[in-house]
Amino acid sequence: MKPESPSDLYIVSSSPHTHSGESVERIMLDVLIALAPAFLAACWFFRLEALRLTFVCVAACLLTEWLCRKAMGRARAISDLSATVTGVLLAFNLPPALPTWMAVAGSVFSIAIAKQVFGGLGYNPFNPALAGRAFMLISFTGAMTTWSQSTWLQKIAGAGADAVTTATPLGFAKEALKSGQALPVFNTGLLSDFFIGNMNGCIGETSALALLLGAAYLLYRKVITWHIPAAYLLTVLAYAVILSLASPATAIPPLFHLLSGGLILGAFFMATDMVTTPVTRRGMLIFGIGCGIITMVIRTVKTGAYPEGVSFAILIMNAFTPLINRATRNRVFGTKK
Amino acid sequence: MSLLTELTRGIIKENPTFRLVLGMCPTLALTTSLENALGMGVACIFVLICSNAAISALRNIIPSAVRIPCYIVVIAAFVQVVDLLMQAYTPALAQSLGIFIPLIVVNCIILGRAEAYASKNGVLYSAVDGLGMGIGFTLSLSLMATIREFLGSGSVTLWGDLAIKNIHSHAMVLVVLPAGGFVTLGLILAFINHVQAVAARKRGESAPLPLELDCRHCALCKVGE
Repeated sequence: MKPESPSDLYIVSSSPHTHSGESVERIMLDVLIALAPAFLAACWFFRLEALRLTFVCVAACLLTEWLCRKAMGRARAISDLSATVTGVLLAFNLPPALPTWMAVAGSVFSIAIAKQVFGGLGYNPFNPALAGRAFMLISFTGAMTTWSQSTWLQKIAGAGADAVTTATPLGFAKEALKSGQALPVFNTGLLSDFFIGNMNGCIGETSALALLLGAAYLLYRKVITWHIPAAYLLTVLAYAVILSLASPATAIPPLFHLLSGGLILGAFFMATDMVTTPVTRRGMLIFGIGCGIITMVIRTVKTGAYPEGVSFAILIMNAFTPLINRATRNRVFGTKK
Repeated sequence: MSLLTELTRGIIKENPTFRLVLGMCPTLALTTSLENALGMGVACIFVLICSNAAISALRNIIPSAVRIPCYIVVIAAFVQVVDLLMQAYTPALAQSLGIFIPLIVVNCIILGRAEAYASKNGVLYSAVDGLGMGIGFTLSLSLMATIREFLGSGSVTLWGDLAIKNIHSHAMVLVVLPAGGFVTLGLILAFINHVQAVAARKRGESAPLPLELDCRHCALCKVGE
């Protein structure tokens, strides 16, 4: 806490003695600012659907948070903006045409079950937005994998691809993998479309450009460190390079792996959640590598049900976070190894 | 100690599922539909009454050193009866309950009542105790099953075609999956404990947690210190 009055400065106590000035509110506000470019991109690509989902999720999260805190007789909570961040992140993880009631159900699950049941912010073992998404993906599988029409696949497959134009790049690749057909050519001309966000996907995950802008801001503000995103992305890249060298015919090119699905959003905004990820630098690297491997395994194993694995990968590694923290505990200064 | 208090004790005060937290396997696994829950509950009522009565009648000739194997033999005999009866007369239900009918043998409620009650009380009281516990178990399962089936598949099935289908079209599949069973059970337990804590506060007492839910005997975290 900041010293309130001069007399507080003379209090003798154990360390820490200085306060960085950071607060939950400020950090959450920074995350919201960093998500703003992606929100604008979502509004550009998905129009009113993005606005609707974001508004519904944020409102439902705030209301649930307020009701839970009131029912449990706990102190204020909604002014710390954490529920707002959860709402925005959850909305970013939803496909554009999702019915409103499903978004509300997911928001309620995120806040009530994944967060407040454990004691609120700081006590939740799993990222609330991702837990909400996992709940929805399992509960409403059909609606959660219905994508609006986009132009990207017509560029790949030509005019005769009407039947499959409503798949995500990863979904399409998984189908090809399962049926044993050759993959369509992912030509490099498509890379710019992928980078800007002109493809099917959840509303906030498509535009790598906007997400990277926000991530740069978070890194600049020191809200996140480079360890988890770098370890995560490099692991995915390395895995994808090995796959494409091993079987060039059936593997998606490595750069497309990086840019498709929720990888950028997950690596910078959800795998870096302070509450649910390791606190040590070494632990963060382990966490990132683990996320990368699980993501790629889910994406590329032929028998798997899901084309995208970012949310499950981060949730699984969330479960390992206490173990990683314990295993990588730093030596206390002055003690022997 | 009247017969009526013996009967109601198992339903509310010592409800096996929500107060004693016993018999969790069938509670979590078979509450995906009301039909399954009722089938399991009735089977358990039968086994509880019969095994409690039989063990109570035999309580003076069972050597205490080998009492657990003796109880198991008695219980297993009645479970076998239920298993064969259900396979003969309600094959569809027996099919959907599957392995959980033979597993009634190791249901903690039944062995628990044999050890804690039937081995110390008369035949009539033991049978009534079994009936009360069985009804409590059935009601608990039915409550959970109704919630889960209603939320998870949008219908409530009492028996075969005797069902209300498509009450709503907002089914949440996760609720009928195992994870949903844990979440539902946890929320119900939390609600019951909350109600009891409020009632105790009104009486001016502090509410003691049931032993199974008390953090103090567990070393995993440090809440109780």
